[in-house]
Amino acid sequence: MTAVNAFTNGSPTPLPSGARAASGASEAAAAAPRSPGRKWTRWAAGLAVAAPLALAGCNAYPGYGASSGATKQGHDTFKLFSGMMTTGIIIGSLVALLIIWTVLRYRRRSDDMPRQFHENIPIEILYTAVPIVIVAVLFLFTVLTENNVDATVPINATVTSTGTPVVDIRVTAFQWGWRFDYPGLNVGIAGETTNGPNDHGPQMVLPAGETVQVTLMSDDVIHGFYVRDFNFSRYALPGVTNFFDLNVLHTGTYNGQCTQICGLYHTEMLFSVRAVSPSAFAAWASGEVRAGHTLERSGNPSTNIPPVDTHLTPSIPSPPPSTTKGSP
Amino acid sequence: MTTTIERPELIEPEDPGGPDLHGPAAQHGDGDHGHHEGPSGLLNWLTSTDHKMIGKSYMITSLVIFFIAGVMALVIRAQLTSPTASIVSFQNYNVLFTMHGSLMLYLFAGPFAFGGLANYIVPLQVGAPDMAFPRLNALSYWLYLGGSVTMLSSFFVAGGAASYGWVAYAPLSNAINSPGAGADLWLMSLGLTGFSAIFTAVNLVATIFYLRAPGMTMFRVPIFSWNMLVTGILILIAFPVLFGAVVLLFCDRHFGTHIYSVQGGGVPVLWQHLFWFFGHPEVYILALPYFGMVTDILPVFSRKPLFGYKGMVFATMSIAALSTGVWAHHMFTTGVVLLPFFSLLSYLIAVPTGIKFFNWIGTMWGGQLSFQTPMLFSMGFLFAFLMGGVTGVLLASPPVDFMTHDTYFVVAHFHQVLIGTTVFAGFAGFYFWYPKMFGRMMNERLGKLHFWSLFIGFWVTFIPQYQLGLAGMPRRVADYLPTNGWTTMNVVSTVGAFIIGASFLFFFVNLWVSWRSPVAAGDNPWDGGALEWFTSSPPPHHNFTHLPPIRSERPTWDYNHPEHHKEHRQGAPPQPDTEKVGASS
Repeated sequence: MTAVNAFTNGSPTPLPSGARAASGASEAAAAAPRSPGRKWTRWAAGLAVAAPLALAGCNAYPGYGASSGATKQGHDTFKLFSGMMTTGIIIGSLVALLIIWTVLRYRRRSDDMPRQFHENIPIEILYTAVPIVIVAVLFLFTVLTENNVDATVPINATVTSTGTPVVDIRVTAFQWGWRFDYPGLNVGIAGETTNGPNDHGPQMVLPAGETVQVTLMSDDVIHGFYVRDFNFSRYALPGVTNFFDLNVLHTGTYNGQCTQICGLYHTEMLFSVRAVSPSAFAAWASGEVRAGHTLERSGNPSTNIPPVDTHLTPSIPSPPPSTTKGSP
Repeated sequence: MTTTIERPELIEPEDPGGPDLHGPAAQHGDGDHGHHEGPSGLLNWLTSTDHKMIGKSYMITSLVIFFIAGVMALVIRAQLTSPTASIVSFQNYNVLFTMHGSLMLYLFAGPFAFGGLANYIVPLQVGAPDMAFPRLNALSYWLYLGGSVTMLSSFFVAGGAASYGWVAYAPLSNAINSPGAGADLWLMSLGLTGFSAIFTAVNLVATIFYLRAPGMTMFRVPIFSWNMLVTGILILIAFPVLFGAVVLLFCDRHFGTHIYSVQGGGVPVLWQHLFWFFGHPEVYILALPYFGMVTDILPVFSRKPLFGYKGMVFATMSIAALSTGVWAHHMFTTGVVLLPFFSLLSYLIAVPTGIKFFNWIGTMWGGQLSFQTPMLFSMGFLFAFLMGGVTGVLLASPPVDFMTHDTYFVVAHFHQVLIGTTVFAGFAGFYFWYPKMFGRMMNERLGKLHFWSLFIGFWVTFIPQYQLGLAGMPRRVADYLPTNGWTTMNVVSTVGAFIIGASFLFFFVNLWVSWRSPVAAGDNPWDGGALEWFTSSPPPHHNFTHLPPIRSERPTWDYNHPEHHKEHRQGAPPQPDTEKVGASS
């Protein structure tokens, strides 16, 4: 039970008290529908014990088809998702079984008039109070996870508090492509997809194991920066600068895509993220500079110049302090 | 139908006989069997202020819209079946999902419930002769029809219909990014139908507050009418905000203002705030009427009173109150809203919703359940809404929302909620009240075939979409790469969608059978308890020739089952032996 419900906030040490609270909530959830009948009690008890144990036996955090998260933040989100999903499946199954059992048990068997009862105040109070406790626990874990996912290093910081380097990447979305600027390295990558057979759009390269601070902007309409394996998306809003941190755990290539309808070629607004080792990242950056993929050039990507009247934000603005959360 | 009706049968409504199908007008005219002095046929339809006529007009119009939007959904699904399909162009695909959502949400789901069924049923349930403002009611319908035609006409203008999604986020919806008359017609349609909704809401609220029959206290009003009252109040809160937002967008498009554009110092996110301040109450404006239908249907087919009547009323009010404070949970990924507040309020909606679920189960508990078509559809609603509701709790969590926002996970979630309510509960209500409205039964076997094919198609369509969302497929994309690995689940989902489409063939056949070989329904085919089952089917002009004593939320049931009144808790027990009002003719 503990493993299933301890959708922790990502801190390396487990939270025994929190885990116990969640575990208790799950049992309380099982208890809520139990009251009306004895047969049901056995069903519910069996399921409430068996299902989490079965799931926990396979995997502490069953995936349900989701990515386990290639970033530290994404992995925290995944654990929250998995725990909530497990809780949801248990509660949903109990309610569904209760409905099915009621339907089967009370099928019309005669023309006798059933007892005409209206209410049962204790039970009604019980099934009002128990869900409040459940959502309170879910909310607690949500806030803990959210604080981790939203935490950012200070703007323009070059090292984290533990001394590891911070890479600053400015991501600008435009109709219909992406620009990735690295102001500290004088590298700028821009492009849009051509919808070729294996074309996954421009590529954002970043070092695995280091903190990447992404500054997200839009040149025209609203776009959605979304990488499935990062379990994360954020709007690129015109007039607003958003910040978030990525700590990619493993090297690899991760596909991303615009998720917010942004006009005709929304479908093709693909990009990818390649996480490499820090040394390979440095080598890549100097290679890009030599190849002429520098900031000046990406500011005016020859492939796509957004219309003048919708081109608002300079390619590398100084971050306005009050327009966004997450700034220190 | 074996029921234990103990009072003398009222006179059967005269059989309309061989119907003369001159459009909907002729069908409506048949219902008024002789009491109504006035024009007949088309002129009657054009000039009627009778809530029953207007309600039927609303229902027919909204069902036509529903089927148009449903066909659009099938084209969308066909396009997504294979990664390289090119059944429609990108532009047309954007138009299709925009108009599918707009037609379904603005022109079907709401108007079918609060314009159609509520218009017909609420005055009957509270014992009123008509709506409080019959001419305003007629104006509502004509505004709605005009708005619907306006939106549909946008297909035929240069540049085509709107293609920015049903939420029309600024600045994509401005004049630079969405030029053309299609978007303007879309905005005008929202203005027209918005006022239609506001006027209907005024009417419903006034009717329920002021036109209740003697003895019909507020806590004896059936839950369907209660929910319509709360829905009406929510409409009065939400729709004016939408109208304001739409007018401002129109000004941005045509009069050079910069309310939603950065260039002139405007704020694009303002549109989202205004839209979702309308949009989230709108979700409950769409859902509450359908909750009410199920809440009225379950007791009838369980042969029991509703379990936790007052709990239901307070749960509905809590949902409505909370729904005005959760709009920003649609905007978690904008990065500009206070996450924990909106997250907490969104979570809390699960509590009254849970109360409703357990009250529905409590209503069935210990009953004598029979599974005619309306009850089957209600069961379909319970399961569909259960899964849609549980996944909704997940989406109240900002991190989980970051993970799934604008993916097919969300698409599957809100389709489960909206099909659970508007289709399963909506058709439960349709099958339930059809005998009352037309005096004839729907065929049970065809109704069951309709239900089971819809139910199977529903799960086959949407379970894969949850998986697609978790596998990273964004919504509103017209194709995808073969290497994404989304093909199989998309094929399954499309198969399910076509099963759903096919299930409505049973519905059409059923309508046809019911129309060609009518089976008389009688006044009360289901042994219903609310007041609408006391009058004839269809009801006469001004609805009632006499009323039973109203001593509970089930006056008709009390009247028909005097031997059980002692178990009734509310007020003095009815005494039909001495208190029969106006003996049945």
